[in-house]
Amino acid sequence: MTMAWVWTGMVTLSLLFGLATGNLDAVANAALEGARSAVELGVSMAGILCLWSGVMEVMNACGLSAGLARLFRPILRRLLPNACRDTETLAAVSANVSANLLGLGNAATPLGIRAARRMARGCGGVASDELCLLVVLNTASIQLLPATIASVRAAAGCRTPFDILPAVWLASALSVTAGLAAAWLLSRGRKER
Amino acid sequence: MNLSSLVIPVLLSAVAVYGLGKRVDVYAALTHGAEEGLTVLLRIVPALVGLLTAVSMFRASGAMEWLSGLFAPALELLGIPPETAPLLLVRPVSGNGALAVASDLMASHGPDSYVGRVAAVMLGSTETTFYTIAVYFGSAGITKTRHTVPAALAADLTGFAAAALAVRLFFGTGG
Repeated sequence: MTMAWVWTGMVTLSLLFGLATGNLDAVANAALEGARSAVELGVSMAGILCLWSGVMEVMNACGLSAGLARLFRPILRRLLPNACRDTETLAAVSANVSANLLGLGNAATPLGIRAARRMARGCGGVASDELCLLVVLNTASIQLLPATIASVRAAAGCRTPFDILPAVWLASALSVTAGLAAAWLLSRGRKER
Repeated sequence: MNLSSLVIPVLLSAVAVYGLGKRVDVYAALTHGAEEGLTVLLRIVPALVGLLTAVSMFRASGAMEWLSGLFAPALELLGIPPETAPLLLVRPVSGNGALAVASDLMASHGPDSYVGRVAAVMLGSTETTFYTIAVYFGSAGITKTRHTVPAALAADLTGFAAAALAVRLFFGTGG
């Protein structure tokens, strides 16, 4: 429902601003132009998006995500010590992290939900510190190859759509660190009170 | 030769050779993955039609400029270009909405401009926070989310400021 409010708000504000500034002709044109450019964007994104989805699938079939999951187990054991005592939760969380890294959003969410369900058992609807941490980890982006963004850049006429990768990695690393640090600080603050 | 021109061909062939070495039918996996890419696209395009219509109207009416101006002082303090204000507002709520706003920013400022690059990096270093929280806690039956929302928003805000910082660091503010 949120998006219904956002969409209605944007369209209505556009009408009011258009009336107030006398730009209504431009607003009307923009509505039609926007709809047209959406399909155009979709078509020009399609090739790169499909190619990279394909490459990610090959990496997945080669066992790369399983390897990544193994690599992250020691870190996750430290981050979520209670949850990771349960081997099945540990397996789900590490597969969730590696799917996120490869940008396989469709695979990552069900794995993360499986882990969250196991971690929420017997807690009476209150999120534990570790469950909060898992969700914060999933609300931060840790994608290695943001294929959708690269395809949007290419659609806008960029010739080196992947040249932003180092910047994306740096920003992602800082964002994830800030999220984990905030979760840790907030959980400590509440315990001491 | 640009270094990033090396990355794509090398990655493609390395993945294929490694896969063949592991006796994986790499071609079948590639086409299967590409098919999944199309499904993703099929879900994105209808949303983009609605959202790009609204975003284009919003820009043409001058409301976008007003909104950016409203947030400009706070954003400049964080080193974030004020043009990205609409992206910051939509990002935690809707992934497709953010995609629409970012592609609008790239189209109007250029994909290799400072604003265009910052928009792309912002998109790549943040997630649809509220949607993710709703899905995870909803399916786990959690009603008391405690400090999850503030911590996740701290990550988002850091991601936005870090995106601008990283682009300035790697590309400067020109282009």
